Amino acid sequence: MGLKILTEHINVPGIETLEVYRKHGGYRSVEKALKTMTPEEVVEEVKTAGLRGRGGAGFPAGMKWSFLAKPEGVPRYLVCNADESEPGTFKDRYFMQKNPHALVEGMIASSYALGANTSYIYIRGELMFILRILEKAIAEAYAAGLLGKNILGSGYDLDLHVAPGGGAYICGEETALLESLEGKRGNPRNKPPFPAVKGLFASPTVVNNVETISSVPWIINNTGAEYAKVGIGRSTGTKLISASGNINNPGVYEIELGVPVEEFIYSDEYCGGIWKGKQLKAVVPGGSSVPILPKELILKTAAGEPRLMSYESLSDGGFVSGSMLGSGAFIVFDEDQCIVRNTWNYSRFYHHESCGQCSPCREGTGWMEKVLHRIEHGHGHQQDIDLLVSVAKQIEGNTICPLGDAAAWPVASAVRHFREEFEWHIKHPKEATAPGAVYRGQLAEVTA
Amino acid sequence: MAKITFDGIEVEVEDGSTILQAARKIGGNVVPPAMCYYGPLKGSGGKCRVCLVKVTQGSAKDPRPMPKLVASCITQVQDGMVVENTTNEDVLNARKGIVEMLLINHPLDCPICDQAGECSLQDLSYEHGVSATRYEEERRTFNKVDLGPYIQLHMTRCILCYRCVYTADQITDKRVHGVLGRGDAAEIGTYIENVIDNDFSGNVIDVCPVGALTDKTWRFKNRVWFTKPLDAHRDCPTCSGKVTLWNRGDQVLRVTARKDEYNEVEEFICNTCRFDKKEMSDWTIEGPRHIDRGSVISANHYELPVVNVPIVPNLPKSTKKNLPQH
Repeated sequence: MGLKILTEHINVPGIETLEVYRKHGGYRSVEKALKTMTPEEVVEEVKTAGLRGRGGAGFPAGMKWSFLAKPEGVPRYLVCNADESEPGTFKDRYFMQKNPHALVEGMIASSYALGANTSYIYIRGELMFILRILEKAIAEAYAAGLLGKNILGSGYDLDLHVAPGGGAYICGEETALLESLEGKRGNPRNKPPFPAVKGLFASPTVVNNVETISSVPWIINNTGAEYAKVGIGRSTGTKLISASGNINNPGVYEIELGVPVEEFIYSDEYCGGIWKGKQLKAVVPGGSSVPILPKELILKTAAGEPRLMSYESLSDGGFVSGSMLGSGAFIVFDEDQCIVRNTWNYSRFYHHESCGQCSPCREGTGWMEKVLHRIEHGHGHQQDIDLLVSVAKQIEGNTICPLGDAAAWPVASAVRHFREEFEWHIKHPKEATAPGAVYRGQLAEVTA
Repeated sequence: MAKITFDGIEVEVEDGSTILQAARKIGGNVVPPAMCYYGPLKGSGGKCRVCLVKVTQGSAKDPRPMPKLVASCITQVQDGMVVENTTNEDVLNARKGIVEMLLINHPLDCPICDQAGECSLQDLSYEHGVSATRYEEERRTFNKVDLGPYIQLHMTRCILCYRCVYTADQITDKRVHGVLGRGDAAEIGTYIENVIDNDFSGNVIDVCPVGALTDKTWRFKNRVWFTKPLDAHRDCPTCSGKVTLWNRGDQVLRVTARKDEYNEVEEFICNTCRFDKKEMSDWTIEGPRHIDRGSVISANHYELPVVNVPIVPNLPKSTKKNLPQH
């Protein structure tokens, strides 16, 4: 069993109540930070910890905090991004549902560090039941003097609000989130200026993921140096992984970064192996927006080393033979899964969720979906495969926000690693479209 | 002031200028195209992505190249920046790709479109597009939307540049239209079908780069290249009254705001000037409007006398017989 920073007490009965949460050491970090540390010292601890954003991008949180502009007389904001909605990603909703006070505690400590007196938790509108849980936790915190004016007699004031979104995936992009929070249409903003300079209501703002913010109390209680000892290299600490797909034990796991992928898939502590004793075919290691990897590449890096659950190891080899840790949504495909169908399914999602502001994403995501639909339904042409690659390339890197990349990478990587399967679909439309049909030929060779 | 090198040409611009503004200072063929950026409208730009350029050197202080292509209309210059546009293959390929994307849901109905001849997308496709499309799926179509007596919305042609939305936000006192829906299902609309009826609503026609928003008082009356543009003005209590008249003979077929070489209006005009003043006697004529961009608008403005061309001598006899005798 590895160290549990976030989930140590998650299964304690009543942990969602303030009383039980405090009995298990809850809100110690708030007392420590507000009474014994300056905001700058808290930021330094987070920097020392090497905590990286857990929403997907993996940008160092302490560095992001230090970019925050501090003009006189202008409010600063902390916004928690709880708009988790990428296919396969469900760690934050699980965590908020089970342990809401951990997030509230993280919000108070982090807001103090950033000098924010008003903070928001922006939550996906569909998760209304979790919103109620959070609101109850916040009300308890207010009643206990942990929120509001003069928290714990420290002279620090903080108001915390929960804001439900309208249910658009694009609102998970930080600037679209801010637009939505301001009551506008959730379209990403052009950058610069970045939110750290001009964010919510044109004021300096930090947007962090639920898991990132919830890791801060442990760092304050145990020091950043201790946190940095956990994990591997620049991938410090622990990470919540939402494992799904054809595995024996789907669920949310907290791992110390650096666990071998093979161990994560096959050990009983985590995924428990492929279900029904089948063979592993492929894995999407970080949420549907990251490149898919076939069995050989998910278990070994480009250099032939065992692949680890870390930011660096999963991206080793670039997109030719690597992928990304992303949000840690680990989706496993067994030998009976059709990659073409799966890619079409992802593509449908990104087509539906594109905001439509910029031309390559608005038109390109739909184009890819339609071509994939054709191939999957037995009407594809050989040239469609190269067309998919070409359209993905036209989108990648040319859009306002990363949704374009998120739509292009799964398609480009599926063709890169499973081209033969696409060709088989086109050459054998009748067999490919039969119920339960799946290509079982040799996987395409990949050169690193 | 900041010095930047754009396609090998050094230019000095004011701090805070964008790369596009720097390129426009140079002028000519190096200027990136722009479909959504519109100088007079605050906050426009960054959406269509046709103005993407490569920054090969961020600044003199930080010479690292920018990792991705950037939208030149919203990216500010830094002293010592080096930018490639027409000299960079990645930029030209990306632009070609974006033109292809824009044309997916834009019908090529130029022969019947009132914007033909002054359509930015037509120019863009001519300069950066390819002759055939690889898109074989169904395209989106919409019914025409009635926005009142003056403006016709034909969403099928819309490329969602948001210019008209910014115009309505920024220069009219009553905004009744915006973007509805998401992705390629997004559309410009009035939510509950509504008339756009404020004093400056007609300007949405001028800012539309394609033929999605057209002037009902001008539709199908003529082709723009058969008309004669004249600068004119009148004493208007609402706007500057400085306009361009588009005449056929002495008949005023259309009134628009005056536009610069990048198709951006110099001054927005009111609906009275645009729609209600269609008599020559309403206006003080200043002289011919000089159209100096490579446009078909200037195609029929002959500067040389027309010479009589003899009837082609080698026609088949049967055809010759039917020709009128002079």
